[in-house]
Amino acid sequence: MVNKDYSQVLTKIDMIAEKIYNDLQETKIPYLNLPTRTKANIKFDDKLSVWKYGKSSTERNAKSLDGAYMILRTMYMADFIKEMIKVKKSSTLREMYYISEGWDLAKFHSQDESNLLAEDLEVITNCMREDFKLRPEEDGARVIGNLTIDEMTRNNTKKKIHCQDDVGDAGYSIPYNVEKDKITIKSCDADFIVAIETGGMFDRLVENGFDKSNRAVLVHLKGQPARSTRRFIKRLSTEKKLPVLVFTDCDPWSYRIFASVAYGAIKTAHISEYLATPSSQYLGVTPSDIENYELPTDTLTTEDIGALKSELTDPRFQDNFWKGEIKLQLKMGRKSEQQALAKYGLDYVTDTYLPEKLSEMGIIKK
Amino acid sequence: MSQIIAEELAKKQKEISVAEFFERNKHILGFGNRTRALITSVKEGVDNALDACEDASILPDIYVEIKNHDDGECIIIVEDNGPGIIKQQIPHIFGRLLYGSRFHAIRQSRGQQGIGISAVVLYGQLTTGKHTKIISKIEQDRPAIITNLVIDTNKNRAEIINTDTIHWDKQNGTRVEVSIIADFKRGKKYVYDYLQSTSIVNPHARITYKEPDGTIHIFERTAEQLPQKAEEIKPHPYGVELGTLIKIAKNTKARQLNSFLKTEFSSMGDRTSNAVIEKAGLDKNINPKDMTRDQFLALHKTFKEIKIMAPSTDCLSPIGETLIKRSLKTETQEISPEFIITSSRPPSVHSGNPFQVEVGLVYGGNLPKEGPVKILRFANRIPLLYQQGDCLITQAISSIDWRRYGLTQPAGKGIPTGPAIFMAHISSTQIPYTSESKEAIADVEEIEDEVKLAFRECARKVQKHINKKVSRVKTREKFDLITRILPEIAKKSAHMLDKPVPSLDPIITKIMDVVWIEDVVEYEKVNRKPVQTTLAQEGAEKPRENVITKSKIMVVNYKRNSQKFNLYAIIPKDAVVGTVTPKPIKITSNYIKWSFDSIPPAEKVDVSFELAGLEKGDFDENDLYVENINPAYVIGADKWEGD
Repeated sequence: MVNKDYSQVLTKIDMIAEKIYNDLQETKIPYLNLPTRTKANIKFDDKLSVWKYGKSSTERNAKSLDGAYMILRTMYMADFIKEMIKVKKSSTLREMYYISEGWDLAKFHSQDESNLLAEDLEVITNCMREDFKLRPEEDGARVIGNLTIDEMTRNNTKKKIHCQDDVGDAGYSIPYNVEKDKITIKSCDADFIVAIETGGMFDRLVENGFDKSNRAVLVHLKGQPARSTRRFIKRLSTEKKLPVLVFTDCDPWSYRIFASVAYGAIKTAHISEYLATPSSQYLGVTPSDIENYELPTDTLTTEDIGALKSELTDPRFQDNFWKGEIKLQLKMGRKSEQQALAKYGLDYVTDTYLPEKLSEMGIIKK
Repeated sequence: MSQIIAEELAKKQKEISVAEFFERNKHILGFGNRTRALITSVKEGVDNALDACEDASILPDIYVEIKNHDDGECIIIVEDNGPGIIKQQIPHIFGRLLYGSRFHAIRQSRGQQGIGISAVVLYGQLTTGKHTKIISKIEQDRPAIITNLVIDTNKNRAEIINTDTIHWDKQNGTRVEVSIIADFKRGKKYVYDYLQSTSIVNPHARITYKEPDGTIHIFERTAEQLPQKAEEIKPHPYGVELGTLIKIAKNTKARQLNSFLKTEFSSMGDRTSNAVIEKAGLDKNINPKDMTRDQFLALHKTFKEIKIMAPSTDCLSPIGETLIKRSLKTETQEISPEFIITSSRPPSVHSGNPFQVEVGLVYGGNLPKEGPVKILRFANRIPLLYQQGDCLITQAISSIDWRRYGLTQPAGKGIPTGPAIFMAHISSTQIPYTSESKEAIADVEEIEDEVKLAFRECARKVQKHINKKVSRVKTREKFDLITRILPEIAKKSAHMLDKPVPSLDPIITKIMDVVWIEDVVEYEKVNRKPVQTTLAQEGAEKPRENVITKSKIMVVNYKRNSQKFNLYAIIPKDAVVGTVTPKPIKITSNYIKWSFDSIPPAEKVDVSFELAGLEKGDFDENDLYVENINPAYVIGADKWEGD
């Protein structure tokens, strides 16, 4: 692996220690300021075309027990990251959670707590998790399409992989690090990217040869996509100038998957410009599709209805398309799955549904 | 002709035998079914045993055993360490119904009904046909007497099967063995509950209970003193009924009405007697034996119209708050309750009958969180097991809104739900039961008011405890923050930057900004007598236990300037104060007062005091107050509201 320069990261981490140390010396109650990470505090950034945290911020100070714990944990985590950089190791978020068992007072009670604090630390330092040598548990998802990637292997050699010829039907597996020191996108001869929520639909499109017949790169999102999957889509789309179409189930949770690909997630809004692909378009399945294609449906649950209503106040869903579709769905009281298209046969999705939708959106010509 | 019919009828009329009377009325006497019969039998045996011991000023040590056969026959054995019964009295006590000395006396007593243990003997012989075995020993050096008897139901007299002398290891005491038909399977829980409850209100008794399967439960004694003896008093005019008034007049030795009133009734002095006589329009020199019914009626009516002093309350023998708390604590040990709170009312009077209410509340621990609270009702140290819903105690509890004391109660009425036990004990010369079975106390306004007042007082104490707990949690958090987390933050930041650890004192006073008081209570077993520093010494003559309760209070000034204030610690009335540091400026029977002239910022003052005459756990929480300082600046003590 190429030796990355971590000196800047180290400086930023030490700045936290200095801030606290100086507060103590000046007999001030130590505190840290960070943006409020809630739905109410995300704003559209016109320059970057993604959603970022707004101006409201939260002060964590040592006056309260929770604030003091948070500061202490931040210090421990910062020191741990410094140590990892020094000895050239990395750890998973889960490993760090277990390591914190030995942090006495500063230990976490759940991995959610430590994951959240790692994100806080990103926000405070303006660094990325990858800079901290922390990686997620889950791997990225799978890709199939006419593109070639150079991946730096652990033996420090570059391996060239063609995402159709060099891979099996499962496709190329996206690593947790997709930055330039790890992968390079060499060439790509395709017209668009289809990001698919479910494995079943991804495999259907692969089996039907949709990547070849329609010059598409197929990416499996595996539900709510991992950071590396979103980062990969973002790089492929910008570097090769390809439009991104998101193809999911027709329910409120799937719309959030689309939003995180296109606009950035609320939890990671501090790095939206790295992860989000603002030009992404939602392909389907839309509530209108349910009506137009007469798809089999299920009734919306109370949770579904709550989620849809919450999306009506989510700043990311404020355009006419989404408002109309969400209201329509609330009126119908129904939801559907991608694979409901199989009602008309296994080839219907590739032969009829996708070509119709794609030409409607101006991606392909009939 | 009519004379012949009358004679014929007269032939058919005969005395109803005791057995028939019992058979017809067994439900009122507590033998209505096989479960009730079991409990009533145990109850009569235990009541008898407790009374015997107390009359002889012996700390009761009672053994109860039940043997159970498959055919539903139970052998009930109750043994005490009382004074024993002389041979001649045994047939009267065990072999005659409605025989006893308690029935006529006006003072607090268990029995009142006089049906007693002989009813059990009769029930046993009616259901099993077996006789009752009594062993009794009155003196160390004499042999014990063993008697087997049944009741001759036609004569209401004992019929002795045999009697003999035997050797009995016990110094003195009585043992009764009765066979009865009973349902042990169903009654098992009730017997245990009854004995446990009995132990709560009789902390001076030790009860050992052996179940048929050999399981032994010991309800340990928690007080080494016998309850204060209830004095016998004369009837009070407010409580006397017309018939009783006439009966007393028939038997009096007084020859004149005014001396009759003064000698036969309580609270009747010269002035009151004369006022009554005058208002009733009677002659004070009239001989009561010569009075007409109308004259009695006028006298009786006037009693109610004249203000007569309340009767003396010496006739009551309440348990006392400290002992109730101690008993409840012992009996709920396995539950490890969060707190036990007690409250006791001064004596009061209902229709001329003195009474007193004592209540207790056990909360939290392993008590079930679902379901209604458990209510333990007692009258004159006897547990009331049935008819809970009809009882005044239940009604009083139901009428209080318990919702803000950590209990659930729909609409703030009815029996609350939650992890709690409510206990109420009413002592009186005359408990107004709803019916002959004596299981529920009737709706008497004066008593209900007192029960409510007692429980309200308890509720206020609960509220105080809850507030203290909340502020303690907050205090603990802050203390953690300044003593553990903040130094750790300082250490870590210094370590990361390779710099010396900064001083934290000024930040600590900034974060805390309070005067902080923390206390702990410890117990020490000692043989020495406590050093006394008291000015007035009220509880000094009380016997000293060899446990010293030590209370340590730490006062830290976490404000940014010096503080001057007074501190008060409440002490129980029955405690003896030992060493107190620093020197207090005042000690009274219920508090110790210190005055702090100036405590500089970040300075600590250690305060401590010792209490003797209490048992471990009697004083388990300090009650602290401050004066001459804004109470908002203080954590760990409340505002002093005056003596």
